[in-house]
Amino acid sequence: MKNKGKKKREALGAVPFMLPSFLGMIVFSLLPIVVSIIMSFTDWDGLEKLNLNTLVSHFVGLDNYAQILGGKEFWAVLGHTCYYIVLYIPLVFIASLAIATLLNKARRGVSVFRVMYYIPVLTSWVAASLIWKWVLSPQYGILNQLLAVIGITGPNWLTSEVWAMPAIVLASVWKDMGFFGLFLLSGLQSIDKTFYEAAKVDGAGRIRTFFQITIPLLTPSIFFCLVMALINAFQLFPQVMIMTEGGPNGATQVMVERIYTYGFSYFRMGYAAAFSWLLFIIIFALTSVQLKLQKGWVHYES
Amino acid sequence: MNRKKIWGSVGYYFLTTLIAVIVMIPFFWMISTSLKSKGALMAMPIQWIPKEPTTKAYSQVFTMFPFLKAAGNSLFITFTYTLITVISASMAAFAFTKIKFPFSEKLFKVYLASMMIPTQVTLIPLFIIMNKLQLINKYPSVILPSLFRVFGIFLLVQNMRSLPDDFIEAAKIDGANLFRIYRKVILPLCMPTIATLCITTFMDCWNDYLWPLLMLTDKNKMTLTLALNSLNGQYGTAYNVLMAGSLLSMIPIILVYIIAQTQSKKGSIEGGVKG
Repeated sequence: MKNKGKKKREALGAVPFMLPSFLGMIVFSLLPIVVSIIMSFTDWDGLEKLNLNTLVSHFVGLDNYAQILGGKEFWAVLGHTCYYIVLYIPLVFIASLAIATLLNKARRGVSVFRVMYYIPVLTSWVAASLIWKWVLSPQYGILNQLLAVIGITGPNWLTSEVWAMPAIVLASVWKDMGFFGLFLLSGLQSIDKTFYEAAKVDGAGRIRTFFQITIPLLTPSIFFCLVMALINAFQLFPQVMIMTEGGPNGATQVMVERIYTYGFSYFRMGYAAAFSWLLFIIIFALTSVQLKLQKGWVHYES
Repeated sequence: MNRKKIWGSVGYYFLTTLIAVIVMIPFFWMISTSLKSKGALMAMPIQWIPKEPTTKAYSQVFTMFPFLKAAGNSLFITFTYTLITVISASMAAFAFTKIKFPFSEKLFKVYLASMMIPTQVTLIPLFIIMNKLQLINKYPSVILPSLFRVFGIFLLVQNMRSLPDDFIEAAKIDGANLFRIYRKVILPLCMPTIATLCITTFMDCWNDYLWPLLMLTDKNKMTLTLALNSLNGQYGTAYNVLMAGSLLSMIPIILVYIIAQTQSKKGSIEGGVKG
């Protein structure tokens, strides 16, 4: 009996410690999630007062989902995201691996480069987008001027249906490579030095060492970066919003931009909620598949 | 030094400098543009370095928009957001790791699972909730979500799990209550992790865009990122002003980062000496 009372008292002691985060979870996570699920089955317009009656009277079943999946727009938007991923992932991977490898050397000035490479990461997307918008200006921007030096006539980046997405990719790689670079660097630094000594004894060259020792031992970090980069790619938003607003002619419309537009410009809250759940399903499925596939290529030291 | 080594150095500095140039060119262009007059923006051929540098764009930033107010708002919001995150997350992590209570493991799983839901899913309902609570255009609308930052809780749980329970038993024998143990024993031991959490939270909050965009529509309540966004909406072609604003908005966060870097280096040395 006494023991039970003591246990109870200890459990009660947890209450004040759990209270802030628990309240936060209810109000800012659980409740909105439940409301969002219900809302995605309605055609509520965001203007009529929200209560259970309104939601019931606006119930449309799976109509929102059917409409989204049956329409062309969703697939076009998904296509834009895939286009972004196909360009972005290899570029950001090569750039950040280069950064990590270079910063892993103990040479003079390395800490200065380290801070420099990280400045784009520290910059807000609003500032970065504005800077890039001006860098990419067809006539007065610095990029096309540089291209002109080597005899290339640069395109009208952000107003061209073909070049708008590559321009966004360029800005994104520039902004993110320092982040992934420093992450991979910490991965490199945790590799046991004895592996390299063994490779040296075996007479393996630098390139062979890199591909047969460094890369395999770095796969856990690479895997983590890949998962994060893909999740981020599907949540692409501020750069699109500020640089192109989804244009020209819808060429850079992406998932979150659509959710924002449907919800807060057209007030089709139910439709936007359904859109957001499809986004969740895609991210969830993609991450699960990656977790499954990792056994095939990620080496964990044991 | 042999030949191979010299060529290695040359190659190394060539590559690091090349990347540095690619990274810095947009910033160089930002600074150069911010020192131009409106006319010089569209001068042909473009001026890499302004021919008649002027700081007019900087003073214009402050006349076109309550920019100083926005900087104050950003500082206030970011500091309180970070503070609440650290307090709430460390308290939860303490309870999860050091206090036995029913369903604690299940609850932790629920917390973790909520990380998988993208923020966009909760965007619209949360907007409505804030509207009902009449918090739109008030600071708490962007500050209060800090109560539930699962990333922080997760980070600190990992850290606190590695702390031996002996400390706590000893403190209990000394008659310390739970709150004292949390403040005097656990928190000091978690300081390095808390520092990491502070920096990442500070950066996230300082640069946040979508949520403040929905919550703070009043000019006088806006953060720096929103101020920039609003300048862009109103004076979308005045790039000298936009670039001046961008530079100003970057300075605080870069300072915080550099201070944090030097502090953490100092800390690790001190720790080493003490250990």
